[in-house]
Amino acid sequence: MDQYAVVAKDISKAYADVEALNDISLEVKKGELFGLIGPDGAGKTTLFRILTSLLLPDSGSGIVENFDVVSDFKKIRKIIGYMPGRFSLYQDLTVEENLNFYATIFGTSIQENYDLIQDIYVQIEPFKNRLAGKLSGGMKQKLALSCALIHKPDVLFLDEPTTGVDAVSRKEFWEMLKTLQQKRITILVSTPYMDEAGLCDRVALIQKGKILEIDKPQNITKQYSLPLFEVKTSRMYQLAGDLMEYASTQSAFRFGDSIHLSLKNEETSEKEIVDYLTGKGHGQIAIRKIEANIEDCFMWLMNR
Amino acid sequence: MNKTPVIHTENLVKKFGAFTANDKLSFDVFKGEIFGFLGANGAGKTTAIRILCGLSKPTSGIVNVAGFDIYKQTEKIKQNIGYMSQKFSLYEDLTIRENIRFFAGIYGLSSKTIKDRTNELLTKLEIMDLGDKLISSLPLGWKQKLAFSIAVFHRPQIVFLDEPTGGVDPITRRQFWDMIYEAAKDGITVFVTTHYMDEAEYCDRVSIMVDGRIEALDTPSGLKKTYEAENMDEVFLKLARASTTASD
Repeated sequence: MDQYAVVAKDISKAYADVEALNDISLEVKKGELFGLIGPDGAGKTTLFRILTSLLLPDSGSGIVENFDVVSDFKKIRKIIGYMPGRFSLYQDLTVEENLNFYATIFGTSIQENYDLIQDIYVQIEPFKNRLAGKLSGGMKQKLALSCALIHKPDVLFLDEPTTGVDAVSRKEFWEMLKTLQQKRITILVSTPYMDEAGLCDRVALIQKGKILEIDKPQNITKQYSLPLFEVKTSRMYQLAGDLMEYASTQSAFRFGDSIHLSLKNEETSEKEIVDYLTGKGHGQIAIRKIEANIEDCFMWLMNR
Repeated sequence: MNKTPVIHTENLVKKFGAFTANDKLSFDVFKGEIFGFLGANGAGKTTAIRILCGLSKPTSGIVNVAGFDIYKQTEKIKQNIGYMSQKFSLYEDLTIRENIRFFAGIYGLSSKTIKDRTNELLTKLEIMDLGDKLISSLPLGWKQKLAFSIAVFHRPQIVFLDEPTGGVDPITRRQFWDMIYEAAKDGITVFVTTHYMDEAEYCDRVSIMVDGRIEALDTPSGLKKTYEAENMDEVFLKLARASTTASD
């Protein structure tokens, strides 16, 4: 038990007739950067709210640092940091007032744990007298993270910290998380962006309240057992439809400037695919075998 | 795609006090084009979109949308465009049919047209039996597909999509783009923002805003060539990292 910072066991939760979580079990090791990857409505927020003691599960149990999320909720609240998906700091307090407020609630001060938040907080410190409500999206995110960290939590829960954030800011945010991990904080982070899975030690892929898979990202992608090709031609718009009509096709999904084609079996050769596409009027056909990424796997698991 | 501009801007400037949110934007968007409008948070995209939708006036510059002038004919513009965003799509406590009737009514379509097109739409989406379901009971992916269909229900010249696929599962996200392609094929111009860089590849042309200016505008393949990048993600990082306002 001691090696785990967080344990969820058979957790289920329903809202009226909607089943938000269906028998969820997962374990997060101490010091791990663990990702909960899935689209909106998958149940990510519900699971976070249960594990942070803000919501009661219908059944099942949750343990955080050996404390039960129901019976020991007061203890849990002292040792975790939680950054909800929606910005929930005081808009009418300044940056510094918000940080001070959170530090005081937890019986500490900004000075005491400054080293932990320094890398993040220096970026917004020039605006410390600005009202939180007047900050840009990226700055709000940095302030919220500073406030979630100021009492030096053992476990940090970040609910969709990068949603609606541009590609550059997203990269910077993950760099901050990597630095925090080195300070021995266990981090649970949820995201709808599949490409962020690769930045986690382990991930749980979650969809409609059910876990599709839990493993290291590289182990999940290794499990993809169908032959997978990247295909480009001169007529990209028609390509998806033409590939879907091909007899050996399992799936054909757009991926940026190419299409990822998975086949039902190993028997079909690249040449046969090229011949088929040539017959359909495609030119400049480029096809190569590729390894699956997390998004390929997610879609494959969704359809299984 | 023909080369008739449906959006035309020349030196569009928008200032808030001393802050210049949009700095001399000059660009054209052509009929039936899928135009990707990219930029970092805080680069000025929302300000520009609000102006193009007739919700805010520029400080200076020429702006024409759907053939109408932004200073004098904003009501005409609103009638000729459609809009959907991730944040607001449909009324949760109304049914699918009620939402359609509400939005179509606002655009002044006749009862007969609304009825015919509603049946047509529900048949096409294969949800004929779900018409009287509340929006709140639908999964997010369905809501977004429906919101898009309703945004183009009055057959606007242009549809503005503000992060339409945020948080949507990867399969539905791709189905959503099938709908975008179809609308473009029908001659509707699509003006779209996204944080998914693979979706930038699906656009005919892409502009990238940095610090209130349009820093680059080209086809995805042209941009990748110019910036010697493997994919649009790299193009975006090269341009946006050069931003002078690191605050956002």
